[in-house]
Amino acid sequence: MSRNNKPVFTSDALPERTSGVPVLEISDLNVRFPSEDGVVHAVRGVSLTVNAGEVVGLVGESGSGKSVTSMSVMGLLDESADVQGSIKLHGTELLGRSDNWMSEVRGRKIAMVFQDPLSALTPVYTIGDQIVEALQVHGSYSDKDAWQRALELLRMVGIPNPEVRAKNFPHEFSGGMRQRVVIAMAIANDPDLIIADEPTTALDVTIQAQILDLLRVAQRETHAGVVMITHDLGVVAGLADRVAVMYAGRIVERADVNDVFYHSRHPYTVGLLGSLPRPDLDKDEPLTPVEGNPPSLLELPPGCPFAPRCPMASAECEAAEPPLLETDLPRHTSACIKFDALADKSYEEIYPKDEIPAASEMASRDAGEVILHVDGLVKTYPLMKGAVFKRRVGTVHAVDHISFDIHSGETLGLVGESGCGKTTTIMSILELAKPEEGRIVVLGHDTAELSKADRKKVRQDLQVVFQDPMASLDPRLPISDIIAEPLKYNGYPKSRIGAKVEELMALVGLEPAHANRYPRNFSGGQKQRVGIARALALEPKLLVLDEPVSALDVSIQAGVLNLLEKLRIEMGLSYLFVAHDLSVVRHIAHRVAVMYLGRIVELGPVGEVFDHPEHPYSQSLLSAIPVPDPIKEKGRKRILLEGDLPSPANPPSGCPFHTRCPKFKTLGEADQARCTGETPLLASTDADTQRGDDRQVACHFPEVVSVF
Amino acid sequence: MVEPNFSSGRAAERPDAAVGSAPLAEPAAGAAIDPSKEPEGRKETKHLSRSRLIWRRYWRSAGGKIGLVGLAVILLLALIGPSLALWDYWVVDDNAFLSMPSGDHWFGTNQGGFDVFAMTVEGLRKSLVIGFAVAAIVEILAALIGASAAYFGKKVGMVLQWITDLLLVVPSFLIIAIISQHTAGSKSSTWLLIILLAAFSWMISARVIRAMTLSLVNLDYVTAAKFMSVPSLVVIVKHVIPNVASYLIIDFTLGVVGAIMSETTLSFFGFGVQKPETSLGTLLGDGMASATTSPWIFLFPAGVLVVLLLCVNFVGDALRDAIDPSSKSGGAA
Amino acid sequence: MSVLRYLARRIVNYAILLFIAVSLAYLVASAALDPRNAFDRQNPNLNWAAGNASLTAYNINPETSIWTRYVRWLNMVFVHWNWGQTPRGEVINSLIATRIGVSVRLVTIGTILSLVLGVALGAWSAVRQYHWSDRVVSLICMLLISTPTMVLAVVMQLAAIRFNQATGTQFFQFIGETGTHGSYFGAAFISRLQHLLLPTISLTALSMATYSRYQRNLMLDTLGADYVRTARAKGLRKSYAIRHHALRNAIIPMATYFAFGVATVFVGATVTEQVFGWNGMGLYSVTSIQNQDINGTVAVVAFSGVCVLAGALLSDILIAAIDPRVRAR
Repeated sequence: MSRNNKPVFTSDALPERTSGVPVLEISDLNVRFPSEDGVVHAVRGVSLTVNAGEVVGLVGESGSGKSVTSMSVMGLLDESADVQGSIKLHGTELLGRSDNWMSEVRGRKIAMVFQDPLSALTPVYTIGDQIVEALQVHGSYSDKDAWQRALELLRMVGIPNPEVRAKNFPHEFSGGMRQRVVIAMAIANDPDLIIADEPTTALDVTIQAQILDLLRVAQRETHAGVVMITHDLGVVAGLADRVAVMYAGRIVERADVNDVFYHSRHPYTVGLLGSLPRPDLDKDEPLTPVEGNPPSLLELPPGCPFAPRCPMASAECEAAEPPLLETDLPRHTSACIKFDALADKSYEEIYPKDEIPAASEMASRDAGEVILHVDGLVKTYPLMKGAVFKRRVGTVHAVDHISFDIHSGETLGLVGESGCGKTTTIMSILELAKPEEGRIVVLGHDTAELSKADRKKVRQDLQVVFQDPMASLDPRLPISDIIAEPLKYNGYPKSRIGAKVEELMALVGLEPAHANRYPRNFSGGQKQRVGIARALALEPKLLVLDEPVSALDVSIQAGVLNLLEKLRIEMGLSYLFVAHDLSVVRHIAHRVAVMYLGRIVELGPVGEVFDHPEHPYSQSLLSAIPVPDPIKEKGRKRILLEGDLPSPANPPSGCPFHTRCPKFKTLGEADQARCTGETPLLASTDADTQRGDDRQVACHFPEVVSVF
Repeated sequence: MVEPNFSSGRAAERPDAAVGSAPLAEPAAGAAIDPSKEPEGRKETKHLSRSRLIWRRYWRSAGGKIGLVGLAVILLLALIGPSLALWDYWVVDDNAFLSMPSGDHWFGTNQGGFDVFAMTVEGLRKSLVIGFAVAAIVEILAALIGASAAYFGKKVGMVLQWITDLLLVVPSFLIIAIISQHTAGSKSSTWLLIILLAAFSWMISARVIRAMTLSLVNLDYVTAAKFMSVPSLVVIVKHVIPNVASYLIIDFTLGVVGAIMSETTLSFFGFGVQKPETSLGTLLGDGMASATTSPWIFLFPAGVLVVLLLCVNFVGDALRDAIDPSSKSGGAA
Repeated sequence: MSVLRYLARRIVNYAILLFIAVSLAYLVASAALDPRNAFDRQNPNLNWAAGNASLTAYNINPETSIWTRYVRWLNMVFVHWNWGQTPRGEVINSLIATRIGVSVRLVTIGTILSLVLGVALGAWSAVRQYHWSDRVVSLICMLLISTPTMVLAVVMQLAAIRFNQATGTQFFQFIGETGTHGSYFGAAFISRLQHLLLPTISLTALSMATYSRYQRNLMLDTLGADYVRTARAKGLRKSYAIRHHALRNAIIPMATYFAFGVATVFVGATVTEQVFGWNGMGLYSVTSIQNQDINGTVAVVAFSGVCVLAGALLSDILIAAIDPRVRAR
C-alpha cells in the first residue's frame, strides 16, 4: 500500500476493546488502482462505523467497491493500490501500519470469511492443521491444546464427528462444510470484527440457510461486530441491523435495516428493491427495472453517478456529486438531493413501468396444445475413478424417471439445487436423441423416431438461452453474425438475413444500429438480449431457458425477465425455465417442478406450490430463501435441512429425501419403514383432486406447511 | 536437465508440456492462458483497440523491444547478407586458410578457405527456414488435431494420448538421426528434416490444445451452435480454434526455438542438415574441433545463433505477458 | 491393495508401450542402417565373406530379411537377455553397462543441483516479481535458455584454457573423467572433481534455468490463490504464508518436471559428453548410429524408453507423496 505521508505511530500496542468507541470506524476511505486504461477509483470517500455486536450489511452490485473496502480493512489489497483516508479499529489507526503489525491484528482482532469456500483452504494440509495454525500464530497453545481447541471449534460450527474429520483434507469436504471450516478459523481467536464477503453466494440455498444461521451463532458467541457484504437483499434483511448501500464506489444510503427497506431515501435503493422478484408474493405486476448500467470508475463525470439511470434526475443532479447527508429520518443518511421527494412513495410511483401486453387469460391448461411431453426420462452416467485407467465404480442416476408436460403458452419452472439433475434434464431434451429410457415428445415428434433431417427441423422449434451471456456468445464475432448464425445454417434466404437480424434486435430491445459491435461492447443484460434474439431467430415454439438471469445483477435482471414475459405473450412461446433462484421462478413461471436427486418431488401451479408446499423438500427449499423484507424475514421460522446432498451415485433407499427429511423424524416406526423401503411416486393427493388442483407430489405423507 | 535435443527448449515455457507428457493427468489447460477470458479480436473497428492494447503492453516490456528489433536485424541479415558479403559461401579463398577476421574476411576463414561470414549467413538462412517452417506446420497440425480430439470426444482423445505417450517413449532425436543418416547426401535433406522435425513435435502441443479446448467445446456458444445445426468442422474452425489463437502464437515462438535447437544439435553430430548444405548446426559441429586454436570459426556462428534464439525467446515472453490476461504486468509494472 | 493393483496395471501398460516403441525402433534402424558401410569405411580390403559371415552371426546382415532378423532378435533379447553385438563384435550388454556407469557419474550432481537451484531461484524471483533482482534473474535465465549446450560448453572450455594459461595451472580439466594426478591422499578424487566441474556447469545451466522459469510461473499462480489470502487473513506473515502455503503447493507440479528431467538426462547429455570427452550413454546413442550399429542403437532406444517410463512412475509416486488430493484417489 503506497501512501504519500508515512504516518508515525506512537504506540505499537494492538487495538483493544474500549467502551464508547466503535469497533470499526472507516472515514473518507479512498482506494485507487492503476490499470491498463488508467487509474480506477474503486472506493470514493467511504465512511462507515460498526459497533460491537452489530451486523452492518454492505450492499451493492458487482463493481460497487464493497469488496475493496473490506480488503482495505484487512490490509490485504494489492501493493499497487493507493489507499487514503482512515480506518480505525477500537480507535487505533490501521492504515499505514507495517505488515507485521497488521499480521498481529488479522485473525486475532479482525477475521474474514471469503466468498468461495472451495479455494479458500490450502489443499495440502488437513483442516485440523489449518485451524491449529490459526490458533498458534496468535496464542501460545501447545500442540495438544491447539488440537483440542480446533476440535471444539469444528464441533461448534457443526462439523459432525470432528475427531475424524479434522484429519481430513479440504477436498474431502463439500462446499458448505468447507465454509464452516473457514468460519471456524475466523472465530478461532475470538475476534472483535468479522468481515464476511459474500459468504453464501457460492452455495446452494438450503446450505446458505445453514451458513447464515451459523454466522448468527458465531456473532452471538463472539459478540463481534460483523460486516456482511452481499448483493442479496434477502440476506441483508434477515441478518443486518444496519445497512449501507454502495454504488459506484460510494455509500449512497446508510440507515437502520427497516428504514432502508421501508423508507428508502435514495432512488437507487428504491430501484433495487423494486426490481427484485419476491418469492413470497404472487406476481401481478411487471418488475420495475433500473435502466442503464453502472458507470465506469475510470473517469466519472461530475454530478451524481446514478443520475443517468435515475428517473428523478434533473439538471441540478448533474452539477455536483451529492454528499452523504442526514435526511428527515433519524440515523438515516442519503446521497440524494431529492430525498424528501421519495418520502412515502412506492416504487411504481418513481420508476416507469415496463409495458407488457396483458396476457389473454388462459382458459384452461388443457386447451393448449402439448408442446413438450416428457415421460419417464432416465439419464445415467458411469461414475469413473482413477486418472489414467478410468474404471467404472458405479452409476450416477442423474435423471431418474421424470415426467412432465408443457402446454402451449405455458412456462414451466424447473427448480432444485446443484446436482439435482435439472441441467441434465434439459440437455437430454435439447439433444433430441433417443433417451436411455422413457420418451421425449417435442411438438408431436417422438425423439426416438427422428431421422437426421427431421431432427434438424425439430431443432428449429426448440431453442435455448444459456446462463452466462459471456460464455454463450462467441466474443470474436460481431453480434450481427451471432444472431445470423442459426439463419445461415438453416436455409434462410441469404438476402433477407440482414433485415431479419435488425428485426430481431429491435424485438429484444437492442439498437439495430449496433449490429456491427462485438459482445464485449455490451453489458451483461444486453448480451443476454443478444442470446435471446439468436434463440428467436428461427421462430421456435419452445425456448429452454437455462438460468437466463442468474449471472446478472438484480437491477439488470428485471429488464430481461420483463422482456421474456413480453416475448412469450407476443410470440405465443412456451418456456422451460431452469433456475435455482425460486423468486425468479415464482415471478415468471406458471407451473413449477421441484427436483431432488434426479427426481421431481413436487409439480404444480406456481402459486399453489409456493404458498402451500406439500413435499417436505419443497418446504425446506422455500423456507431457506431469504425474503427481502426485514420484519417478515426476521419473524420467519426456518426449516433447516441437516447435512449435505447425498451422492447421486449412491442415493438413499426408498424416498431419496428421507435422510434429511424433517417430517421423517416425526413419523412413527412403521411409517418410517415405508419411507426407507418404498420410493414414493409423483401423484395427486386426494385433497388436491377434490379441489381440482392439477398438482402432484412424491411423498408418502404429504402435508401442507406454509413457509412465508 | 535435458539437453536441447528434443522439445526441451519448447517445454521451457510450457509448464503444461511436462505434465502433458506425464500420463498422470490432463495438462492444466488454463495454466498458460485462459482463452475464454481474453478473446482475440477480429479485423474490424473494435479489433484495433484490443490489438492496440496488446501492442502497448508488448512494447512496454524491454525484452519485447529488444527481441523484436533484434529479430528484425537478424532477418535483414539473412535477407541481404549474401549480397553484402564479399564472398559467396561456396567460394574458396586460396590465399586465406584459417585466417583471422579481417577487412577481407569479416568473420575470418576456416580450414578449407571458406569465408565464415558468408557461411554464417547461409547457415542462418537455413536455420531460420527450418525453425519457422517446422513451427508453422506444428501449430497447424496441433490446432486441428487437438481441437478435433476435444470436440469429437473420448475415443479420439485416447488415441491422441496413446500416440503422444508412444512418441515420448521413442526418443525422437534418435529416430530422426537414424532416418536422416539413411538419406545423407540427398539434395532435399533440409525439407526432409523439416518434415521429420514437424512429425515428431506436434503431439505435446496438440495435447495441450486438446486440454484447453476440452472446456471450450462445452462453452455455451459452441453448444448453441450445435443446437443450431451448424456443421462440426465449421464449429471447430470458427468457434473453437480461434480461442486458442493466442496460445498458438506463443507456442509458435517456442516452436521456432525448439526446432532451431533440435536442428542445431542434430546437425552438430552430422545428422540433420547434410553436406553440401550448411546450417548453423553444421558450422558449430565443424568449428568445435578447432575452437581452441581458431575460435572465430566457432564463435561467430555461435554468437549469431544465441542472439537469434534470445530474440525469439524475448518476443515469445513479451507476447505471453501482453496476451495473457492473468499476467500481473498490466498497469502495475 | 488398490494402489498396488493400480501400479501393476500401470506398469503393464508401460511395458506394452515400451515393447511397441522398441520394436518400431528396431525395424526403423534395421531398414535405415547398413553395418556394411562401417566395414567398408574401415578397411576396403577386408575379407568380404568373413565380414558378411560375422554380420550374419550378429544378426545384422541386411541381406537377411528384416522380419527374420526381428524374430531372432526378439528371441535373443527376451529369452537370453542378450542385446547382441556391434558390427565390430563388442558385446552390447557389457558395453552399455560401462557407459551407464559413466553417465551416472556425470549427471548425478548436476541433476540435483539444477533442481535445487532452479526451484530456489524461481520461487525467490516470483516473490520479487518486477523488482530489479527478478529482472536480472529472469534475464540470466533467458540467456541460459537461449544458449545451446554446445555453445556454452565450448565457450567455457575456451575460457578455462585462457584461465589455465594465465595462471599457469591446470585447475580446469575438461577432457575425460579423470587424468594424471598427484599421489597425495585423495588426489584421484580431486582430479575427478576437477574433471566434473565444467561438464556439471554445462549440464546444470540450461535445466536450472528451465526449472526456475517453471517454478516462477507456478509460484506466481499460487501467490494469488485464495488460500494464500486466507492464510494471510489468519494473521500469518507474508514470508511464512508464502513458504508454507504458496510454495508448498507450487512445488507439486515440479515433481513431474523433475521426474522427466531425470529420465531423459541419462541419454540426453549427448552434447556435454561429446564436448568434454565422456563416453557415456548420450555419446553412445550418437556413435552407435554413426557406426551403423543396429543392435547398439536399439539398446539405447530401449534404455531411454525405460528411463522415460521410470520417470513417469517416479512422478506418480512423488506426486502421490506430496499431494493428498492424488493420494486419496
